[in-house]
Amino acid sequence: MEQKDIKLIAGSSPHLTSGQTISIIMRDVIIALLPATAAAVYFFRLNAVLVIITTILSCVLSEYIANKVMKKPVTIGDYSAAVTGLLLAFNLPPAIPLWMAAVGGVFAIIITKQLFGGLGMNFINPALAARAFLMASWPVAMTTWTKTAVDTVTSATPLAIIKKGGEVAVDHPPDIINLFIGNVPGSLGETSALALLIGAVYLVARRVITLEIPLAFIGTVAVMTWILGGDSLFTGNFLYHLFAGGLMLGAFYMATDYTTSPVSFTGKIIMGIGCGLLTAVIRLYGGYPEGVCYSILLMNLAVPLIDKYTLPKSFGGGKAHA
Amino acid sequence: MKIIKALKAFKGGVPVPHAKRTEDFEVVKMPVPKKLIFPMVQHLGAPCTPLVKKGDYVKVGQKIGDAESPVAAPVHSSVSGTVTDVRPILYAGGVDVMSVEIASDGLQVVHELVQPPVYNDKKGFLKAIRESGLVGLGGAGFPTAIKLSPPADKPVDILIINCAECEPFITSDYREMIDNPQGVIDGIRIILGVTGIKSAFIGIESNKPKAIEKFSAILADDSLIKVVRLPSRYPQGGEKQLIYAVTGRKVPAGKLPSEIGVLVQNVNTVSFIAEYIKTGMPLIKKKVTVDGSAVREPKNLEVLIGTPLRDVFEFCGGFSEEPGKIIMGGPMMGVAQFSLDNTVVKHTNALLAFNKKDAAITDESVCIKCGKCVEACPMNLSPLFINGCVEKNVIDDTVKYGVNDCMECGCCSFVCPASRYLVQSIRYAKEELKKRAHKAKK
Repeated sequence: MEQKDIKLIAGSSPHLTSGQTISIIMRDVIIALLPATAAAVYFFRLNAVLVIITTILSCVLSEYIANKVMKKPVTIGDYSAAVTGLLLAFNLPPAIPLWMAAVGGVFAIIITKQLFGGLGMNFINPALAARAFLMASWPVAMTTWTKTAVDTVTSATPLAIIKKGGEVAVDHPPDIINLFIGNVPGSLGETSALALLIGAVYLVARRVITLEIPLAFIGTVAVMTWILGGDSLFTGNFLYHLFAGGLMLGAFYMATDYTTSPVSFTGKIIMGIGCGLLTAVIRLYGGYPEGVCYSILLMNLAVPLIDKYTLPKSFGGGKAHA
Repeated sequence: MKIIKALKAFKGGVPVPHAKRTEDFEVVKMPVPKKLIFPMVQHLGAPCTPLVKKGDYVKVGQKIGDAESPVAAPVHSSVSGTVTDVRPILYAGGVDVMSVEIASDGLQVVHELVQPPVYNDKKGFLKAIRESGLVGLGGAGFPTAIKLSPPADKPVDILIINCAECEPFITSDYREMIDNPQGVIDGIRIILGVTGIKSAFIGIESNKPKAIEKFSAILADDSLIKVVRLPSRYPQGGEKQLIYAVTGRKVPAGKLPSEIGVLVQNVNTVSFIAEYIKTGMPLIKKKVTVDGSAVREPKNLEVLIGTPLRDVFEFCGGFSEEPGKIIMGGPMMGVAQFSLDNTVVKHTNALLAFNKKDAAITDESVCIKCGKCVEACPMNLSPLFINGCVEKNVIDDTVKYGVNDCMECGCCSFVCPASRYLVQSIRYAKEELKKRAHKAKK
């Protein structure tokens, strides 16, 4: 080949990349959520299908419209809106009116994500923010739980049953096996710890998430509920607390959300422990039976501070930066 | 001899594809080119002043540029011929460098002053090394004579030979280990003898089993020189990472290895010293790996310093398709060249030509704060925050995020799923800080 007229790119090193992209990561998250999606459809049937489709459509459409209105490039191709939609569905009760679910999607994308600058700029988890918003707006619809399968009789969630001083203490709590596989009332995607764990293994294997936050989170909840969850100290049924409610979903899929979690190892541990403490305190002493959602949202707010004070020291660096 | 395992594994790093397909290619000597160009800066330090003028006749090994500053390395002609021009030329570093252009006569007449150096003490040895024009051949190009003379109050007890060669594609160090292990060992003995350093370690990545075998066979009963098998992880050959792996010692941030009693030399640097002491021929040629997706015949070459890149690629059968990027050095830290008229210099260890597809630059997308750069950084920095400061143009803030500890290994940009130009922004910040410090002095 003639060498005379070659135009060369004189770009900055490195000239190699790993090939990892944001859309590959988001696609991996969706794949990881598939077992739990299947479990949701199995236990809650048509309700699950409709709610999931509604929230995903609502989120993706909101993102598209927001992009267009703000005259920004359309970003639905990175799948992040779809992930938010799916996670939001997982956090909703199966029998929620579909228009409410759709409003949740709009809130998640428009208010918590796009108004703050889009992907990477939101300071709290969009799906959880939407859940909290719906909870505040329509508390009855958000806490009306159906039994699993096609049964539409209302019931109480496992955590509500064991809540001390709760009104529904007449029910017997479900056994631990049903709790683990997810055959209990609850939000769509949170009930099956088994399905969520299968997806979590995939996420870790694909190096999408690391284990610092989930392990610190779950470990703290286990220790706290073991010590304080029983009638006397050190008698709490911590296994029950681990598999009930949204702990697995929150620990592996929500608290690990990149944008709203710390970047350093120490920071991640602090985030996990903080989430765990708040969850246990809310569950054991708070007004709500479940505290995963609020604990993560509260810790989201602390992330910039955590990042600031856990900035790693450079290799061989005795002096602290920042 | 028992091969020692690395004491420590450095934190971070990335698993780069090794792509060392040239490792079994024997080194081919490239013919003498017709026209050569010698830039007066081929090292870190003060620029040299040309010692010849247009029309002068020069011989092989003749000094054609030198500087008064001790932190410099003189430049020698690699051919005999006539100086056709002395003029500034723009190099990939972005600045004009005074350069000597020589038309070779093909006779390769050796200069009279090329004699094996005679020295009685360390001072004389260092003077000879300086005269040889030797710089660190691993890539950074720091004058070796300076590196060999650490401050008197910092006693050095360990010499490490860097045979990690962790960059993809490059096999020029590997060929030296396979083809000339005795030369490397001779060089080590010379350095040990002159400096009084007690022991030496040859650090080789585990993906070069043949090289490890060769050295351990020769050094079977040696008590001073030992072979260390290093994990094959980029950037194992980074000076601080290598020292940590071999000795468990950490070089304090912003300090040199002599601070903790260690001296690191590249394998080719060491074997050059042995040869120079024997022959007195200054640094005039380099082993260069030529590879990449746009190169027709990948090769390991022995190239005269000053040879235009154009000639090197032509000797390798030219390009198989139009190259989009030509890199001097490895794909992780090498410098992209803008012109084939630029030349092979002292620290050139590889020339890579990538096709348009491999050279394509991905557009940046937003940072999602995934923290993968923090995980990958072998210097334990947080590249995303430095990048954020640069984006907001608050360059002074990058200092507290340790921007000056960055060695620009490229791990952060390599892993970034958003294709952020992290290394580029760090480089920009360092340059800005330097400019500001310079201004403040005035």
